[in-house]
Amino acid sequence: MLHIVNKSPLERSTLESCLAHARPGHAVLLIEDAVYAATKGHAAAARVSKSLATIKVYVLAPDLEARARAGALLEGVASVDYRGFVDLVTQNPRVQSWL
Amino acid sequence: MDEAGTVKKFLFVNRKAPYGSVYALEGLEVVLISAAFDQDVSLAFFDDGVYQLAKGQNTKAIESRNFSPTYRALEGYDIEKLYVERESLEARGLAEEDLLVDVKVVSGAEMAALMDEMDVIVSF
Repeated sequence: MLHIVNKSPLERSTLESCLAHARPGHAVLLIEDAVYAATKGHAAAARVSKSLATIKVYVLAPDLEARARAGALLEGVASVDYRGFVDLVTQNPRVQSWL
Repeated sequence: MDEAGTVKKFLFVNRKAPYGSVYALEGLEVVLISAAFDQDVSLAFFDDGVYQLAKGQNTKAIESRNFSPTYRALEGYDIEKLYVERESLEARGLAEEDLLVDVKVVSGAEMAALMDEMDVIVSF
């Protein structure tokens, strides 16, 4: 299963809920304002790092670059472009968007 | 001083990250409009609003307009009072040197006091 989160973790609880419900082997893609969660020093970074033990976490690079945070990407989080986004959607049998 | 000549203290409060919603850009446009009215204008950035001032934004790939250089132009409109909350920076792994314009970094308590001394607060 691929989970997609697009809201800032300091403004909404969608990332927290997503990570609490994602099961081992699942993938989580952070897009738009959710990419901040995968940056060094962010209040949510420890929570994201901890989740890496069982799930794979991706960020959409164009959204990270737009927000000037590409240089602060958290270790263990994979950066993907739009093509990678499409690959993730086709590789996973189900997609859940956390609105 | 007559009513037409009254100068009020305006504070524009910015609490949203750029690009994920339209608030940051709309707020900036209203700030620019306010410059035409010769008022005492200050800008406050806290919560996710501090991200608006992050240095090095590159929106080419998301095909949105990078409006961040406009914050540097505010000086030319005599809008020079920009306040950024320290706690908001720290919670996001940001420091003053990560920002693209000169600001005054203040504590949350100082930000609260600042808001309390304003005549008008406009929030985005």
